[in-house]
Amino acid sequence: MTEILMPALSPTMEEGTLAKWHVKEGDEVKAGDVIAEIETDKATMEVEAVDEGVVSAILVAAGTEGVKVNTPIARLGVASFDTQPSAAAQDDVGSKSSRQPEQGAQAPVSKAAGQSSGDPEKQAPETAVRQPEGEGPAPVTPKAELKDPEIPAGAKMLKITVRDALRDAMAEEMRRDGDVFLMGEEVAQYQGAYKVSRELLQEFGDRRVIDTPITEHGFAGLGVGAAMAGLKPIVEFMTWNFAMQAIDQIINSAAKTLYMSGGQIRSSIVFRGPNGAAARVGAQHSQDYSAWYAQIPGLKVIAPYDAADAKGLLKAAIRDPNPVVFLEHEMMYGVEFEIPEVEDWVVPIGKARVRREGAHVTLTAHSRMVGLALKAAEELAAEGIEAEVIDLRTLRPLDHDTILESVRKTNRLVSCEEGWGPMGVGAEIVARVVEHAFDYLDAPPLRVHQEDVPLPYAANLEALSLPSVEKIVKAAKAVCYR
Amino acid sequence: MPSAPKAKAASGKRGDTGVTSPSKPQLLKFYRDMLLIRRFEERAGQLYGMGLIGGFCHLYIGQEAIAVGMESIRRDGDQIITGYRDHGHMLAAGMSPDEVMAELTGRIGGSSKGKGGSMHMFSTQAGFYGGHGIVGAQVSLGTGLALADKYRGNGAVSFTYFGDGAANQGQVYESFNMAELWGLPVVYVIENNQYAMGTSIERASAETRLHKRGVSFNIPGEEVDGMDVEAVAEAGARAAEHARSGKGPYILEMKTYRYRGHSMSDPAKYRTKEEVDEVKKTRDPIEHLKEKLAAAKVTDDELKAIDAEVKAIVAQAAEFARTSPEPDPSELYTDVYLEAAQ
Repeated sequence: MTEILMPALSPTMEEGTLAKWHVKEGDEVKAGDVIAEIETDKATMEVEAVDEGVVSAILVAAGTEGVKVNTPIARLGVASFDTQPSAAAQDDVGSKSSRQPEQGAQAPVSKAAGQSSGDPEKQAPETAVRQPEGEGPAPVTPKAELKDPEIPAGAKMLKITVRDALRDAMAEEMRRDGDVFLMGEEVAQYQGAYKVSRELLQEFGDRRVIDTPITEHGFAGLGVGAAMAGLKPIVEFMTWNFAMQAIDQIINSAAKTLYMSGGQIRSSIVFRGPNGAAARVGAQHSQDYSAWYAQIPGLKVIAPYDAADAKGLLKAAIRDPNPVVFLEHEMMYGVEFEIPEVEDWVVPIGKARVRREGAHVTLTAHSRMVGLALKAAEELAAEGIEAEVIDLRTLRPLDHDTILESVRKTNRLVSCEEGWGPMGVGAEIVARVVEHAFDYLDAPPLRVHQEDVPLPYAANLEALSLPSVEKIVKAAKAVCYR
Repeated sequence: MPSAPKAKAASGKRGDTGVTSPSKPQLLKFYRDMLLIRRFEERAGQLYGMGLIGGFCHLYIGQEAIAVGMESIRRDGDQIITGYRDHGHMLAAGMSPDEVMAELTGRIGGSSKGKGGSMHMFSTQAGFYGGHGIVGAQVSLGTGLALADKYRGNGAVSFTYFGDGAANQGQVYESFNMAELWGLPVVYVIENNQYAMGTSIERASAETRLHKRGVSFNIPGEEVDGMDVEAVAEAGARAAEHARSGKGPYILEMKTYRYRGHSMSDPAKYRTKEEVDEVKKTRDPIEHLKEKLAAAKVTDDELKAIDAEVKAIVAQAAEFARTSPEPDPSELYTDVYLEAAQ
């Protein structure tokens, strides 16, 4: 004997009208035959036989309104063609009245069907969540072990631009691993729109240095597909502004598939290119995406400042088995820094760097803003304020231990970023500091960021809109009550 | 990426692919595999009605001949990728009905440990790369799988499926362009079931002959009766041979029909019951094959034995999906990142 139950048409349906019977008692039906129609205010749907058999009883008459989901509406007897209803079908029906099957007391997850929205932190049982203090719900690589590589005594320091440091990182990793390749607009024959891929085509050929058409959405998707097949693509965006056309592939395909596949499908891929404001290129070509990507679980997000970090972190990003968003800065490409002449210079992802020590105020910054923060620290020092400058380097996972340690020492915080303030990197840093070091604060933290407008073209307005050394100095003095 | 060789097969021209008529065992396998998908999907629909399956659930009923016919010509190493109407492809590719059904119910025994659901399932073992929920995204991804095949020179082909709805997405044409430009071994299989959710192809597409959508990229394409498993296999073999031999992508437009609504909560009021019944009566892929089986002297007892086998498999899958535990809460934070090997 098999019972046919009132089905749900949607996760939210609780009851409906049994509009019509297509069978009568005594009829033989096969699995899949339509036996009835049910209606709600939104939809009409057909009910099928669960199994073959003979309709032995119709329990709810046609036209009955308000039939609760899972109420038995008919009974099927064993058919003349000798088939037994499956044990599963028997069990499936029976006495169950709730929509969710009994799962035993060991399953503490919400019982309500179709409930998946909401704050995962709120829904997650305490025992399951071993989240690092304040790191939010995403697990992070343990940071205790992370250290910059030692620079051997007597290592020669070379002067090199950020552009060439990035180039060298790609060339070294491509020599090291045949699965690494570069694709993007103008990366091969043109030698890179910003010459970051200079001479890579000559060394590695057109199989591994691939010029794409101007189709960000498409080639980002191709890159992720190749990564899913096990290759390690580097996808260059001519600027991150154009990557908005590809953001679906970066987030929905690259960042989420490992999770959605239960760990089966990896995307070891680096998306890289210049981010943030250049000079006088207007609003569509001048946007900082740090906060956008740093919000996404499954991505790692890196925004280096100097040449040594650009090289060491890009090498780490290429080797990383996860999708990495690597945010460069056009205004930094031509800037020279010293870099140690060390074979295989790899800087760990997830570790901030204290670039200047100081006792009075903590300045956090990433990418080009580190330079402005350092300059501000010099000016502040002239006025007797010693600022500690933290180069975040990685935004996800964020090394908040280094930030907290500093704030516990200086008791004051100013965050600096090129992007907009609301919902930004600084907002996140301030939240974590308030959460974990509230009692250490001697002043409300301040954020320095781009003004809350699209970046203007006019030179004077552009300068007014962007964060500056002057704005950082002013904020630092404010939190010091000076 | 080096360019594709310029020699092209004429669009839609039937070449000699060495395909011979399917043998009786092959016909029986077609029958079994299509029936498995249909019975599995019917059961999935029932489990949905009972609240055991949540969210979106898109059934493959009516389209079985495509996944099954294409699978018959797939070689080891070839990849499959599709959108969210994916259950049939997974079963055809050899994933176990247990793990697919348990993923539908969100249990630990599911192929993604219950973390993907109906639209997001994968099996590297079966060469199945998903199971993607964003309309059209799998077309770029599948073209990327083909890029990897060409990069490695492994002789594999990427079978990239999408529907008539996805056929209007921009990234499809970005992918067509690169696939042809670089001679990538990809077969685009368009499952034209006539409706993109509730919008008929006539209401959504300026050119409804989707096999012609490759014309401006020089990609050959042909229309196939997607309700005829043998026709699917034959065209699939031809297309795969084209891609595998280095001639680049190929488009197969499978004319098909889905019997059910777009998803479980779709009452399908945008088409008449008569239209659906007519297709079921005259074009059903399983009934159509039954006629051929009779001509091949397959007995009723042989078919009954298959029916019983399929029934038992589906009953077992439903039981497994119902009894497999929900994922342990500790699974919440696994599979977000892979550990870097430093």
